[in-house]
Amino acid sequence: MLIDSTLCIGCQACVDACREANGVVMDPTPNNFEGWNAAQTWDIAQDLDGETLNVIRLWRSGNATVKDAEEDGFAFGKRHCLHCVDPSCISVCPVQAMTKDPVTGIVGYDPDACIGCRYCSYGCPFGVPQFDLNSAFGQINKCQMCRHLQAEGKIPACCDVCPTGASLFGPVDLLQAEAERRLAATPGSLMSFPRGDITQDRPRHEKAVPHYIRQTYGEHEVGGTQVRYLSAVPFESIGLPKLDSFAPSRLSEGLQHTLYKWMIAPVLAVVGAAWLVRRNRVAAERDRGEEV
Amino acid sequence: MASRFERLHAPLITPLTLVLAVIAAAAAWFIYLRFQLGLGAIANINAGYPWGLWVVVDVVIGSALGCGGFAMALLIYIFNRGALSPLMRPALLGGLFGYSLAGAAVLFDLGRWWQFYNILTPWHWNLNSVMLEIALCVFVYVVVLWLEFSPALFERFGWKGLRQFAENWMWLLIALGVVLPFMHQSSLGSALVVLGHKLDPLYNTAFLPLLFVTSAIAMGFGVVVVEATVVSHSFRRASEHALLVQVAAVMAWLLIGWTLFRWGEVAYRGALGGVLAWSGATVSLWLETLLALFAALVCLSGARNDARWLFMAGVAVLLFGSVYRVASYLVAYHPVGNYSYFPSFPELVITIGVIAFEVLAYLVFVKVFPVLGAHGAAHPARK
Repeated sequence: MLIDSTLCIGCQACVDACREANGVVMDPTPNNFEGWNAAQTWDIAQDLDGETLNVIRLWRSGNATVKDAEEDGFAFGKRHCLHCVDPSCISVCPVQAMTKDPVTGIVGYDPDACIGCRYCSYGCPFGVPQFDLNSAFGQINKCQMCRHLQAEGKIPACCDVCPTGASLFGPVDLLQAEAERRLAATPGSLMSFPRGDITQDRPRHEKAVPHYIRQTYGEHEVGGTQVRYLSAVPFESIGLPKLDSFAPSRLSEGLQHTLYKWMIAPVLAVVGAAWLVRRNRVAAERDRGEEV
Repeated sequence: MASRFERLHAPLITPLTLVLAVIAAAAAWFIYLRFQLGLGAIANINAGYPWGLWVVVDVVIGSALGCGGFAMALLIYIFNRGALSPLMRPALLGGLFGYSLAGAAVLFDLGRWWQFYNILTPWHWNLNSVMLEIALCVFVYVVVLWLEFSPALFERFGWKGLRQFAENWMWLLIALGVVLPFMHQSSLGSALVVLGHKLDPLYNTAFLPLLFVTSAIAMGFGVVVVEATVVSHSFRRASEHALLVQVAAVMAWLLIGWTLFRWGEVAYRGALGGVLAWSGATVSLWLETLLALFAALVCLSGARNDARWLFMAGVAVLLFGSVYRVASYLVAYHPVGNYSYFPSFPELVITIGVIAFEVLAYLVFVKVFPVLGAHGAAHPARK
């Protein structure tokens, strides 16, 4: 999936479609527009939570008049699972409730395995998987790239409904090439942008090329992600933290697998300890015997 | 075979035990509500802070406070300080409750608690998960602790055959009992390595496992000092001060080594720049340093001969380890997005109630079973 923040117009069609596709209840909180939203008609999810899988967040600076400008500007950020190549959530889950599909690369969740420890939530570099805290029998919820729709030959709901192609679905290599095409184009020149699925022939639309930040976010971050971003404002502004190209789970796994390789070190430690304990206990018994 | 341990002859029901029971009952009520209404209704954990007080205090700190038995066994059996063995059984009992309740606390913190047994079924195991190591290792260690303590139970009931059987295998139990905590207490540090940018540079290091296990050992000694002082003072028993001073000296050098390593490591990574900034991580770092140095100073100076100072040093070590753990898991943890966390009232009551239950169970056990070291003629082993 390629998310181009400069194409997003903040219509939130993707948020609504996501709810419908995944059977998520509406989130009308916080209701600080009393009267206007009294009937709770409008969905105003502020961020990902135990129910919301996808959310558009507005970033603004100064008087927020110019789209995609750093000063006095505003921009939209889309928050959902980035489907890491080397996901922390899978590394940390003790019971293999998080899995990566070997073909599609989708990071999926199995509630029947999950024990609800929320380590995935704690460890995710993007704060994506969330436990539904409002239910007595909750579960983790996260974007699974509409894998149920993909199984029917459809594409993820957010990309399907996006009117501008800001959310674009397709194989990662094609999307990366598309991102590079956009980065290579001269800002201000006219360019045509695909919509929906990059492999399909949906009607494109034409627009002037914006002043992109010269980077595809997700190409290298935490070892690469399958959702990638383009933006004209710094990525941190739209909720994407500055990250190393190194997956931290590599470090923790390396550490553990070194210490516990074939359980050699622990077994040797027990044997050594047992030898010392036996020797020292015999000595202690003898000492006590002499005292009495 | 005359026991080297005796039970405490004191009434079971006292004002203190009653207060503890009431607090524990209040916690039980909130735990019931948590199962009825869900985690969100009781706890303040949120999208940014999925782990709160229960994980950090009940499990991470609670198990470290249960390291008394582990730390004393290291000293007595591995470093051959047999003279300290009267301190062993009470320390073991503290560990028994510390760990058993850390395990119990996991159950009400787990979001899908009714499936917790998945972690015991090998076909679910993810061998890359630090959490799996912690869970299985703690589970085995709780069993080992109960077996290690079982001679006290058998002695009380006069089951000589079983007692002898347990004693014959004690060498293996003790060996497991000094190795297993090395594994899971260090893993409680490794668990944070995966956080990457979410953990403050003052705390995020590949040496987290080493810092966690060594500070847990220091806390184990601290618990022994505090527990022995409180018990001998409140029940007017002969003081174990002479032994505690020896423990305190070991603890002091451990703390000094720990603190030097901690600062040296931060400096080596070039993260020292942040230590004067006003942030939670910085304040925690200074606080844990001051507490450790205060305890070390007391334990190595003449002040250690005063039971009150030694007691305060013990408390300082417990605070030191707790500050380090709360900071590592919560204060120095930076969630993605603007979130804050402070425990709710029911959350606090549950945590305090679990501790109250722990103290209560300890008091009941020392009065029912031969746990405390016998003190020769003035305190006959068997009445």
